[in-house]
Amino acid sequence: MSEVLVVVEHADGSVKKVTSELLTLARTLGEPSAVWIGPGYSDAAAAVLGEFGAAKVYVADGAQYIDHPVAPRAELLASLVADQSPSAVLIASSADGKETAGRLAIKTNSGVITDAIGISAEGIATQSVFGGSTVVHSKVTKGTPIFTVRPNSTPPVPAAVTATRVDVSVAISEVAMKAKVTGRTVAQKDGRPDLSEAAIVVSGGRGVGAPEGFAVIEALADSLGAAVGASRAATDAGWYPHQYQVGQTGKTVSPQLYMANGISGAIQHRAGMQTSKTIVVVNKDPEAPLFELADFGVVGDLFKVVPQLTEEIKKRA
Amino acid sequence: MKIAVCVKQVPDTWAEKKLRSDDSTLDREAADGVMNELDEYAVEEALKVQEAHGGEVTIVTMGPERAGETVRKALSMGADGAIHLVDDAFHGSDALATSYAIATVLAGRGFDLIFFGSESTDARMSVVPAMVAERLGMAQLTFAQKVDVTGTSVTIQRVTDYGFETVEASMPTVVSVVEKINEPRYPSFKGIMAAKKKPVETLSIADAGLDVSQLGQAAAWTVVEDFAARPPKAAGTVVTDDGDGGIKLADFLAAQKFI
Repeated sequence: MSEVLVVVEHADGSVKKVTSELLTLARTLGEPSAVWIGPGYSDAAAAVLGEFGAAKVYVADGAQYIDHPVAPRAELLASLVADQSPSAVLIASSADGKETAGRLAIKTNSGVITDAIGISAEGIATQSVFGGSTVVHSKVTKGTPIFTVRPNSTPPVPAAVTATRVDVSVAISEVAMKAKVTGRTVAQKDGRPDLSEAAIVVSGGRGVGAPEGFAVIEALADSLGAAVGASRAATDAGWYPHQYQVGQTGKTVSPQLYMANGISGAIQHRAGMQTSKTIVVVNKDPEAPLFELADFGVVGDLFKVVPQLTEEIKKRA
Repeated sequence: MKIAVCVKQVPDTWAEKKLRSDDSTLDREAADGVMNELDEYAVEEALKVQEAHGGEVTIVTMGPERAGETVRKALSMGADGAIHLVDDAFHGSDALATSYAIATVLAGRGFDLIFFGSESTDARMSVVPAMVAERLGMAQLTFAQKVDVTGTSVTIQRVTDYGFETVEASMPTVVSVVEKINEPRYPSFKGIMAAKKKPVETLSIADAGLDVSQLGQAAAWTVVEDFAARPPKAAGTVVTDDGDGGIKLADFLAAQKFI
């Protein structure tokens, strides 16, 4: 079986859930090898990667990968592609992941498909485009196929092996280090799951009315262990931080459950959440277009319905 | 300072988009064309840098003749001139081909700053700015929510999942912006009139010295096998809150095993 490279997403030394999804998906294409880029690799990380089928973990732990955005990662991967001739490269569909994939495509003269939600054994990717209204199947016809894959699109299935560490050292060029990270500013750490990875997302929109209004959204999210999202109307108004925006100009999420509160559902928003498995809508306007997507909708005041729901969830817990 | 802003004409953000049944490319005739929304922020940011530091702002686009409307809009906002790559053989070009054409046209013209919107609302790949930086061997300062230019140094705030990174590079550099960065100006009547007289350099594939074998649908690095409209979602249950909406919702979540 041919080797498939899976780039590991990690934070503070822990492997993110999307990586176990990508390793699961990679097994339909060949034999997955994980690629750990940056410091922090540990036995605990090896255990997770092995659990999902990575027999080999390439580890490139230099500081240059975190001190300079994107370009050094693409150089490292290009060198691995040249040395190992994998049959495909899988990367999570984050901003960094997509840019890394784009640069790698140029370096290796290969086709790239972004935001895949599935890949067949023949390498045909499924994408959900135009705000989820169209399903497209496509494949790479030149070079080493590079796919970025959306989180939450493949349920992770273990297939335990022992992960063997293979250290990789690549001399990164000066040109790849032209942009330098000089600081990192962490917005309020809210202790909730990552928006793009969360199984449940609770969002608020124009109907929330004010920054203080998000307290009821957060309370509901916390009762469910969910991430909080916001529509563009809410982030543009400054009621909730920008990085939580779901929609065409924000994040695309595809959780098991998406709860939209006080969001009318313009295409701007639908484009970011339409592929969620189950959709719940609370809005006082019965004509809100988002009700068309709802598996369950409540026409009513979110400030009455949402706190009541939160109480009810706590009661039943 | 020489500033370029790469813009794209896309179907109206609010219109339903679809693919053409004959060649699986985006149906650009089905909806009105508008400037990609995020590119308006890129134009605005370029104009702000120009106001503070002087220089010239050039709009660069690749697209059919009607993309000239988008060029005019950018010029009416205040840009000084434009380069419009237009050739039937561009049709069906993917991101690799687009980045090749744009990078080739930008190369050697001495731009200090090359602005982009961070993604287009039609393809939504977010890869072209990084690809152009890769091809030109320039630093990429992408997903910027703030741009500061001091001397020859450019510092941005790059939006990340947890907040932002401060990233710095020396010019020349590629910069892509998110919509949080500014509030794009509306073209004034004076601006619209002035735009009609501004120079637009129209280049074909041959004019630009591009290799046609790297462009268009036949040269694409990926191919669409098939596509279909997502089947319409079965209608769900909608109830009106009579004081127990939250409880009914909890019942639904329990039935679905979420609680």
